[in-house]
Amino acid sequence: MSLMNNLSTSMISSSSSTFFAPTSFNSSRTQSVSVPLKSINIVKCVATPQEQQNAYKTKVSRNANIAKLQAGYLFPEVARRRAAHLLKYPNAQVISLGIGDTTEPIPDVITSAMAKRSHALSTLEGYSGYGAEQGEKALRAALASTFYRNLGIEDDDIFVSDGAKCDISRLQVVFGSNVTMAVQDPSYPAYVDSSVIMGQTGQFQKDVEKYGNIEYMRCTPENGFFPDLSKVARTDIIFFCSPNNPTGAAATREQLTRLVKFAKDNGSIIVYDSAYAMYMSDDNPRSIFEIPGAKEVAIETASFSKYAGFTGVRLGWTVIPKQLLFSDGFPVAKDFNRIVCTCFNGASNIAQAGGLACLSSEGLEAMQEVIGFYKENTKIIVETFNSLGFKVYGGKNAPYVWVHFPGRSSWDVFSEILEKTHIVTTPGSGFGPGGEGFIRVSAFGHRENVLEACRRFKQLYN
Amino acid sequence: MNKLSACSSMACGISLQPKMVLASLRVRKQGNGRCTNVPRNVNLEKLQNNYLFPEISKRELQHLEKYPNAKVISLGIGDTTEPIPEQISLSMANYAHALSTADGYRGYGAEQGNQALRKAIAETFYKDVAIKDTEVFVSDGSQCDISRLQLLLGSKVTIAVQDPSFPGYIDSSVIIGQAGNFQDKTGKYQNIEYMQLGPQNNFFPDLTVTPRTDIIFFCSPNNPTGHAATRKQLQHLVEFARDNGSIIIFDSAYAAYISDDSPKSIFEIPGAKEVAIEISSFSKFAGFTGVRLGWTVVPEELLFSGGFPVIHDFNRIVCTCFNGASNIAQAGGLACLSPEGFQAICAVIDYYKENAKILVDTFASLGLEVYGGVSAPYVWVHFPGSKSWNIFAEILEKTHIITVPGSGFGPGGAEYIRISAFGKRKHIIEASWRLEKLFSKGKPLCNCLK
Repeated sequence: MSLMNNLSTSMISSSSSTFFAPTSFNSSRTQSVSVPLKSINIVKCVATPQEQQNAYKTKVSRNANIAKLQAGYLFPEVARRRAAHLLKYPNAQVISLGIGDTTEPIPDVITSAMAKRSHALSTLEGYSGYGAEQGEKALRAALASTFYRNLGIEDDDIFVSDGAKCDISRLQVVFGSNVTMAVQDPSYPAYVDSSVIMGQTGQFQKDVEKYGNIEYMRCTPENGFFPDLSKVARTDIIFFCSPNNPTGAAATREQLTRLVKFAKDNGSIIVYDSAYAMYMSDDNPRSIFEIPGAKEVAIETASFSKYAGFTGVRLGWTVIPKQLLFSDGFPVAKDFNRIVCTCFNGASNIAQAGGLACLSSEGLEAMQEVIGFYKENTKIIVETFNSLGFKVYGGKNAPYVWVHFPGRSSWDVFSEILEKTHIVTTPGSGFGPGGEGFIRVSAFGHRENVLEACRRFKQLYN
Repeated sequence: MNKLSACSSMACGISLQPKMVLASLRVRKQGNGRCTNVPRNVNLEKLQNNYLFPEISKRELQHLEKYPNAKVISLGIGDTTEPIPEQISLSMANYAHALSTADGYRGYGAEQGNQALRKAIAETFYKDVAIKDTEVFVSDGSQCDISRLQLLLGSKVTIAVQDPSFPGYIDSSVIIGQAGNFQDKTGKYQNIEYMQLGPQNNFFPDLTVTPRTDIIFFCSPNNPTGHAATRKQLQHLVEFARDNGSIIIFDSAYAAYISDDSPKSIFEIPGAKEVAIEISSFSKFAGFTGVRLGWTVVPEELLFSGGFPVIHDFNRIVCTCFNGASNIAQAGGLACLSPEGFQAICAVIDYYKENAKILVDTFASLGLEVYGGVSAPYVWVHFPGSKSWNIFAEILEKTHIITVPGSGFGPGGAEYIRISAFGKRKHIIEASWRLEKLFSKGKPLCNCLK
C-alpha cells in the first residue's frame, strides 16, 4: 500500500497544476490554495515515480524518447514549487509572476459572442456538429485580413487550432523523427521537449545541458539576443520566436531578412512563433511573411492566449503558405492538413465564435486595451529592476522581463525570491543553458499584485 | 462552417478510386531552388488516401455539384444533428459570461482537466470500478487522444486493430511510424495485426489465432459494425492481453448506446486495470462533436515492462503537447453529468437509437443482412460479393443518400456499407423510403454491380 501512496504523492507533485483548478466552476479565486496534508518530496526538478517490483507489468517497452526527458515540463515544475511553498507558508500572499498566465477578464464583446454561440447550439437553426478541421471559414478569413493583409497569405493557408503548444507538436508529427532542428537558446521549452518526444534528438548531455542533435543558437545580451548565424550549423527546421519568450527580444527587419536568407541558403524551414506579436512597441515585423521570400521557407504559429486572455479557452492558428515545399516538391500544407484531419478534430466551435469576435473592430480595440494593461505592468517591473541596479532585458516588446543575475544559478535565485518574497518567477535555465543566470518575470497580473511584488523586490534587493 | 466547404478549399484530386488520390496529389518536383531541402516524412508518404471522412465529404460535394437540387441525406459521417439540451448550453453560456468578470475569469486550467469534471467523470462512469479522478484525463476528443497515445507509445510498438475499425487507429499508427508499408495485395499495412470481425465469429476476433502485439485497439460498442462485446468476450480479451503482456486501448465512445447488459467500460473486467487504457468522448454522448470534449483513463496500475507507470508518461505528453480542453467545453461537460443534464442527454440518445431501429427494420424487411444498430448508432449492412465503394456510389447516385463504404474501415469491411443513425427523424424516414424503393426492385443490388 505504501507504494501506492508514494505513487499518489508523486502524482500530486508531477501534476500539481490540478491544485489550481477551482474545486467547482463557481468558486472564486483565492490567493492561498488548500492542499492535502501529505508530505511531498521536494526534489529539484523531477518527480520520479517508484518502480513497483512485485506488481504485474506489461511487456510493452517504455518509449525511449520520453525516457530522454530530464524532468517534468517546465511550467508544471514551477507550479509544483509554488504548491510546496504554500504548504510551508499556508498564509503567505503568494504572487505569481512565473507561468505566463493571463489574469484580466475577457472583454464583454468577446464573451458575449461565445455565450451566444453556446445558446445557439440548443436551437435547431443554430446547432452545428463537426466543424471543418482547418477551422471555420469566417474565422480563417478574418485572421487572414487582420494579420496578413497584403502579405499574400490566403484564407486557406490558415489552420485554426486549440493553441500554439498543440500546433508545435502537430508540426513535429508532420516533420517526423528524421529531421534536425535548431532552437534559440534560451527558448520556450515546448520546441525542445516536443523534439525529444518525436525522436529527433540524442540523449541529454548533462555537462552542457543540451540534447544531442539539437542546434542551440545562443541568444545573449552580447549579440542583442539574435544568434550569430555564421556559427549556426544547418538544420532542417529552425524554431524562432519573436517577440521572444523568455528574453522579450524582438527581431528587427534586418535580422529577420538575414534569418530568411539563412533558411533559403540552407533549404531549411523556419517555424516562426509570433504569439506575442501584438505586444510589439517598436517598428519590427510582426509576421515573418513581411520578409520577402519567407513564404518559401517559413511556417508561422500564433495564438489568442496572450491577446484575448484565451489561455483557458484555447484558440490559436498556424499559417502554412502554399509555396512551402519539401525537398521532393510536396507541399508542406498538404501534409499538415492530413495531420489536422487525422490527429485533431478542430478547435471548439464556441472558442472559434469568440475568436471571430476578437477580430471585429470592437474586439480588436478591446484586446489592445488589455494588452496595454499588461504592457504597463511590464514597464513597472522593468523600472523596478532598473532602479535596483540590475541589467534588465525585454519588457518593451513582450510581457516578459529578463533579469540578469550574473554568476548565480537561476534555480537558486528562483528559490531565494520565492522563499524571501513569496513571489513565483521562472528560472532562466528552464529555457535552456543560455538562460542560466537569468530570471524571467512575467507581467501578467492584477495591477495591485504587480505593484506589491515590486515593493517586495525593492525590499529584498535594496 | 462544415466539412464540405473546407474540403473544397483544399486542392483534392478527383477520383472514384481512393487509392489514386495520393498519386494525383503528388506535385511535380519544382526545380530552380524553390523547394526546401527538408525531406518529407516517409511515414506520411505511406498513407494510402486522404483520411476517410474528409473523403466522404468530398464525394458529397461532388454529388451536389452534379445534382444541385438533390435533397441529399447524410447518413455517412457520424455527425450528431440534434440540439444540445438547454441546461448544458446554458451552463456554457454562463461560464463564458463569467470569463468577463473578476471573480469568474480563469486562465490556464490544469492540462489534465478541471478537477470537478474529472471527479464527475470518475463518479458517473467508473464508480463501481474504483477509477480515481486522478486517473481521468480530460481532452478535446478521442481522435486527438488516440494520436497523443501514439506519441506516448512511440514508433517501436506493434499494434492490432479490429478489422473493420475506426480509421484513426491505423492512420495514426502509420503516421507515427509503427505500421510498415502498405501492401496492395492484402489492403493491409505490413506491421499491423488485423483481427477480422464478421458474422462468422459474431464480430469478436478469434484470439486463438491472433499473434501477440504490444497494443490492441478495441472499440466496443464497435464503430462501424455496431457490435457490443459481451462480458465473456471482454474477459477473453483481458486474459489475452494479460497472457501476452499487451496493452488494450479500449474505445468506449458509444457506451451510452448499449441496450443490454454488455460492459460499458473495460474496467468492469477484473484485471483490466493492469492491461488497459480507456478512451471516451462527449461527442456522440452529448452532441459535442463541435464543442470538443472527451477523456482518457490511464490506471495507476498500468506499467511498462520496466515497471514505469504509463500514467506518468501520458501526463508528460499531456503537459507538453497539449494545454487542456477548452474551459467552456469543460463547464458544459460538468453540466452533462448533472442528474438533469444526464437525463436530457439520454433522451437525445434514445432519439438516435430509434433512428437506428427504423434503419435496421428497413434493411431487414428488404431481406438484406443487417448488423448493429441496437447498441450503437451505426447499421452495418452486408452485400456479399460486392465492392463497397461501388455500392456507396450506387446508393448515392440513385437515392442521394451518403453512407460510408465498409472498405474505408479496413479490408474486413469490403462488402459492407455503414449507415449512420444520426439525423432528423423525418430524414431517416425519407431515407428509409428511398432505400426501400432502390432495393426492392426485384433484382438484388449486388448482382447489378458484379
